[in-house]
Amino acid sequence: MDPHVLKSLNAAKRARDAAVIVTDLEDGRDRLVRAGDHVAGGLGEAIGKAFKSGKSGVAQADGREFFLNVHIPPARMVIIGAVHISQALAPMARMAGFDVTIIDPRTAFATPERFEGSDLVADWPEDVLKDRPLDYFTALVAVTHDPKIDDYPLISALKTGCFYVGALGSRKTHGGRVERLTDAGLSEETIGRIAAPIGLPIGAASPAEIAVAVLAQVIEALRTRELSLRHAEGAAA
Amino acid sequence: MSLSEQAEARDPLMIAEGWMNEGRDLAIATVVETWGSAPRPTGSHLVIDAEGNFEGSVSGGCVEGAVIAEAIDVIESGKPRMLEFGVADETAWRVGLSCGGKIRVYLERLG
Repeated sequence: MDPHVLKSLNAAKRARDAAVIVTDLEDGRDRLVRAGDHVAGGLGEAIGKAFKSGKSGVAQADGREFFLNVHIPPARMVIIGAVHISQALAPMARMAGFDVTIIDPRTAFATPERFEGSDLVADWPEDVLKDRPLDYFTALVAVTHDPKIDDYPLISALKTGCFYVGALGSRKTHGGRVERLTDAGLSEETIGRIAAPIGLPIGAASPAEIAVAVLAQVIEALRTRELSLRHAEGAAA
Repeated sequence: MSLSEQAEARDPLMIAEGWMNEGRDLAIATVVETWGSAPRPTGSHLVIDAEGNFEGSVSGGCVEGAVIAEAIDVIESGKPRMLEFGVADETAWRVGLSCGGKIRVYLERLG
């Protein structure tokens, strides 16, 4: 591998840009292609497909064999609510490779002592998300139970097309939530994307167990999502 | 926003850049194809230096030893190699994948 290609790739990863390393398996030459770069011919087509699918693999193009290694930005998790579950979920999600941010305007909950090592913002979600918008590569986990705090980021996540949107709350709580989001103009289908009750049904009881159930569900959504055209457009933007 | 420091610290290609900056010679192994039940997906990396230190993985620990041994030659010669591993050989003198899958690993020198 060309050292310059390695450096450029790592720079793209740090900037959360999608990139493909193209290696000619016959002569070993490689280069970095960013989403949106123009590459001509059959190889260009194969690279376009790789960006869309997010899948790395060998491609035959223009009479040669290439390896296309796709690097998609790592998924983010935005947790609304600096609650007990979040204290367990944040370190677990980081260990699984997610960039984690916790947002909660209630300063009694959002204290650095309770969230050591986490990116914690003690402010209203609508203010925080203005500067750091959600994207397709983000999972939104709302766990405050409080409509004043949860509803805005939930609506924002559904409109953005976050690959996972989950909300904590009983069926009754969720029933009220569905009514409010319907009043806010969201369709039944869109609201149906919310994972509620949150987490895979593993009988989780303690906050840490619920965190496992949520993280497992987020990973399931991440690994089974269809990388649609929308994704490719997002990557090219 | 940058990658979390934890994820970056374990990314084999980030580690490779760090080693390169320290002036170490190294090889990069990449899973380029898998068949059947393979432990690590296509695109996974193992980075190896000339002393045999390594980070990352191309299997569940089944064939890393063989890749590292080959890497020392590749670092010396600079010529990339394609390695193939299948089911573990019962005579036990060849390494393989106990899970029954098959993988192709591209091994190249950095620089």
